[in-house]
Amino acid sequence: MAEHLFYFLIFPGLLFAGVAGGLLSWFDRKVTAWVQFRRGPVIMQPFYDFLKLLLVKETIAPARGSVLTFLSAPVAGMFGASISAVFVLLPAFGITSGFRGDIIVIFYLLTIPSLSWIIGALASGNPLASVGASREIKLLIGFELTFLLIFATVIMKSDMSISLYEIIARQQESGALIGSLSGVLLFIALLFCIQAKMGMVPFDIAEAETELSEGTFIEYSGPPYALIKFTKYIMLLVLPALAAAFLLGGLPLTGISILWSLLKILAVVLLLTLIRNTNPRVKVGQAMRFFLIWMNALVIIAIILSRLGL
Amino acid sequence: MGIKSLCLKKSLWLFHFGGASCNNCDIEILACLTPRFDVERFGMLLIGSPRHADVILVNGSINKRDEQRLLEVYEAAAKPCFVVAIGACGCTGGIFAEGHTFAGPVDRIIPVDAYIPGCPPKPEAILAGVVKLVKAKFG
Repeated sequence: MAEHLFYFLIFPGLLFAGVAGGLLSWFDRKVTAWVQFRRGPVIMQPFYDFLKLLLVKETIAPARGSVLTFLSAPVAGMFGASISAVFVLLPAFGITSGFRGDIIVIFYLLTIPSLSWIIGALASGNPLASVGASREIKLLIGFELTFLLIFATVIMKSDMSISLYEIIARQQESGALIGSLSGVLLFIALLFCIQAKMGMVPFDIAEAETELSEGTFIEYSGPPYALIKFTKYIMLLVLPALAAAFLLGGLPLTGISILWSLLKILAVVLLLTLIRNTNPRVKVGQAMRFFLIWMNALVIIAIILSRLGL
Repeated sequence: MGIKSLCLKKSLWLFHFGGASCNNCDIEILACLTPRFDVERFGMLLIGSPRHADVILVNGSINKRDEQRLLEVYEAAAKPCFVVAIGACGCTGGIFAEGHTFAGPVDRIIPVDAYIPGCPPKPEAILAGVVKLVKAKFG
């Protein structure tokens, strides 16, 4: 029991994932600044933002709308994200949780943050928030199928193993899955799925700052918004770690391979940041068409290639 | 200095309220975000919702239609929240002070913490004004 609480609350759950994800979010903002020839924020910036929202700012509850749902949605999202952090990071670091079939649980847990933000936005009673929530739902319908197909292909490529620990162990024996042609296609599709799941720029239609002024998060202030920020930090660690576990051979923490693990995560975040900085925001229809037609086609080609042994 | 004021000082998020402005001050405020001046290195971000705002930048003359909006934005902002009046129109009313639609300079409608005069103030002046505000509030 104590061990599980430690896993969930300290390492690799809530605290570790939040702090590491906060540093990654600083990396993301710093690279963005470099791309635009700016200096960028200091390394403690994500923590200043989080603590300011948590400790200093007041919470404003909506006058019309369900206050309880509005305030509990960010908490639910944060716990969903930190449980998925435990399930992804434990096998990725080479610690077996002894749980076979965790890959299916991970798929469900990774949906909880988006889902809770949608519920919170709809409970706020703000028209812009509900437009944001409906856009987020449309985006979910678009990319979840691609995300599921990627999971299925990774399972098929690892001889129908549904344990993340076994998938990583298999890769460490016989080379990472990205070494094959189908692995490269899967990696491309997974990058765009992460982009959509994080709400990063080509797919930030739900919180579009210039049209919806933060959309789903428009009514949140103070501590609830701090929890949303924290959830985003956790997701910024968990999703690249998932990509590393699926296709890049995990994140082993022994000896010199710590460096390689760090480089894998930083490389995935760097790719995400560069995509974010070189693309405009797409429309809802364009985003759905992009995932439902093109990304699904890409993953299906990857499935066929993997059946052919490529 | 306690951790609370340190965090607030290091992460001031700006909300931009443009009244009946001639757009010069708006352009100068946006210039603060560009590579040359880069306010993000101080942790300042331009955000879209007054709920997230720590500083409300008000520029332009406030006419009778804007008055109610400005009050609503100020009430919607989560406290503590500072107000900075930018430009001659925001500080005093400027050349519009005698106009029949003029509803008063910003400080007659909401409490103002800092004034940055100029028509329009240069980005350097806006940065200097915000630094003075931080110094006055946090020592």
